[in-house]
Amino acid sequence: MKWALVAAIVAATTCADLFQTLGMKRHGEIHDFRVGALGRALGKVAQNPFVSASILFMAVSFFAFLALLSVADLSFAVPATAASYVVETVLARSILRERISRKRWAGALLVACGVALVAL
Amino acid sequence: MSGYGRPLGLKTLLVSAVVVVSNVGGNALLSRGLKGQGAFSSGPLGWLSIFLNPWVAAGISLLVLWMLSRMTLLSWADLSYVLPLTASGYVLTVLAGKFLLAEQVSWQRWAGSLLIVAGAFLVGGTPIRTTGGRRKAP
Repeated sequence: MKWALVAAIVAATTCADLFQTLGMKRHGEIHDFRVGALGRALGKVAQNPFVSASILFMAVSFFAFLALLSVADLSFAVPATAASYVVETVLARSILRERISRKRWAGALLVACGVALVAL
Repeated sequence: MSGYGRPLGLKTLLVSAVVVVSNVGGNALLSRGLKGQGAFSSGPLGWLSIFLNPWVAAGISLLVLWMLSRMTLLSWADLSYVLPLTASGYVLTVLAGKFLLAEQVSWQRWAGSLLIVAGAFLVGGTPIRTTGGRRKAP
């Protein structure tokens, strides 16, 4: 049960982040930080189907995390879900076509190990 | 002003700082407000009353700011760049626990924080964006 929830969280978080990145890249770089312009950008982003999908997956991930906390300790939940840093980097490469240099790989691995240690 | 291959600039630095601080602050306020509420056993009215708690309301507002600032950052930065960089929030939580709440911090936690800082530094030295596509919103 615990590991099924961990898998669900990692999968849902990954989908949420991939969709959010796709949606925002499709929207284009936000460069005008005046309040009116930000409001207009928000209105456009709210109609973006990728962003809607990402919010749906975020909700799934949030409730699965709450469910995990009801059957496991926080000190198990956080390090187990740190795996998503590695999974997401792999998929950022294959699906989003980001170029992951050796330096970035090393950074992502260090962060994943660090998050697991912090939560111990 | 193209984002392609650009090193860490002021705009990215500022928005990343907002992402990290709003996340850490939002979670801290939320946990402060939920502690001792016992709302999970008190039915739908208990759930509703949670949102009237000023700590919880402030926490949720900060988490909304977190989501919006992260989306802004992702409008020009790689996901594989944003993820490790914004993980520095874990370190901030450890520091807050140590210096604001006078918690005991174990050596594992310090070691983990060091790894996260090192990882964020490594990733911070890579190009912000490695994909093509539209550079500016129409």
